[in-house]
Amino acid sequence: MPQQPAESPPHVSFQVFLDGIVAAVRSVFFYVLVGNYVGMGALAHEVGFSFGWMALCTLLIWAAPAQVILISTLNTAALFEVALAVTLSSLRFLPMVAAILPVMRRPGVRQRDLLLPMHVTAISVWVEGMRLLPLMPAERRVAFYNGLGVGLMSGAIIGGGVGYVLAARLPPVLAAALLFFTPMAILMSSARNSRTLLDGLSFALGLVVGPIVAAQKIGLDLMWTGLIAGTMAYAVHRIREALRGRKT
Amino acid sequence: MSLTLHDLGPVLALILFGFLPNEVWRLVGLMLVRGLDEKSQVIVWVRAVATAMLAGVLAQLLLSTSGPLAGIPVSVRIGAAVLGFAAFVIARRSVFVGVLTGEAAVLLGTYWFGT
Repeated sequence: MPQQPAESPPHVSFQVFLDGIVAAVRSVFFYVLVGNYVGMGALAHEVGFSFGWMALCTLLIWAAPAQVILISTLNTAALFEVALAVTLSSLRFLPMVAAILPVMRRPGVRQRDLLLPMHVTAISVWVEGMRLLPLMPAERRVAFYNGLGVGLMSGAIIGGGVGYVLAARLPPVLAAALLFFTPMAILMSSARNSRTLLDGLSFALGLVVGPIVAAQKIGLDLMWTGLIAGTMAYAVHRIREALRGRKT
Repeated sequence: MSLTLHDLGPVLALILFGFLPNEVWRLVGLMLVRGLDEKSQVIVWVRAVATAMLAGVLAQLLLSTSGPLAGIPVSVRIGAAVLGFAAFVIARRSVFVGVLTGEAAVLLGTYWFGT
């Protein structure tokens, strides 16, 4: 029986990791993150955090909404309330991580090999990963995704530093306008990536259900939006599959 | 609980009240999918939930009246999103063109109508 290559040699993994970084720099999200984090760096400077703190914040948290909450409330609010607001804003990572890790898992991939992919998962990396990973052989996916994550995170850290330095010259309203890069990137890249009915329907229903849930003021808006709109889209998908199955 | 930043120092506060409450959801995601593969129906459903939550984040950023985006009127944000999306469609689904148009529109709108 021919020997099955169990692990790619390290130099191949590293090459694939570099490919991931290249894909990050070619992604619109790289530039979006730079712009967005210029705004955030300026915000951090304004409320008095250090340059190193801002970089550490991006490295450890790697979630724009949670970082905005942290930077704008850590100085003034009770820490318990800050933690609650952060954790509510980050709930989306549960389904995101749960959806992307199985794309990378195969025999030979240990749980601890998935720790870095888990940590680099954020909206930008997830969106690009969901698009690019299925196009490549399974054994390359972990290294590629790590490269993608590290590359995009670097853009954010560079942007944060630039914003911090520019802060004095950047009026606060302009810094806020730079944070608008994030919603624009979410909108366009989701529209581009939704190739299946399920993706498009989940996104469209989420846009409609989100404001309705928010208007009820029951709290946990994102969780309810995800569960209600996602389940509705999934139900439509299953019914459609069942109908198609009956025809053939 | 009325612990504040000054009791802890910024780095410890970042780790305890920023990193941990944020990272816990990534860890739960990692734990829950042990042994599941991408074609299982649970994962298909989870992906739909994640996509809908992403749309929820977008809706919040466009409509919220608190936070740093509050200085930009909601009408300017929605108008910029519509213009950006129109440019995206006209430019044959170019994400770059769409994002840049939306951002340019929000900068101009903020300049004219912002507070």
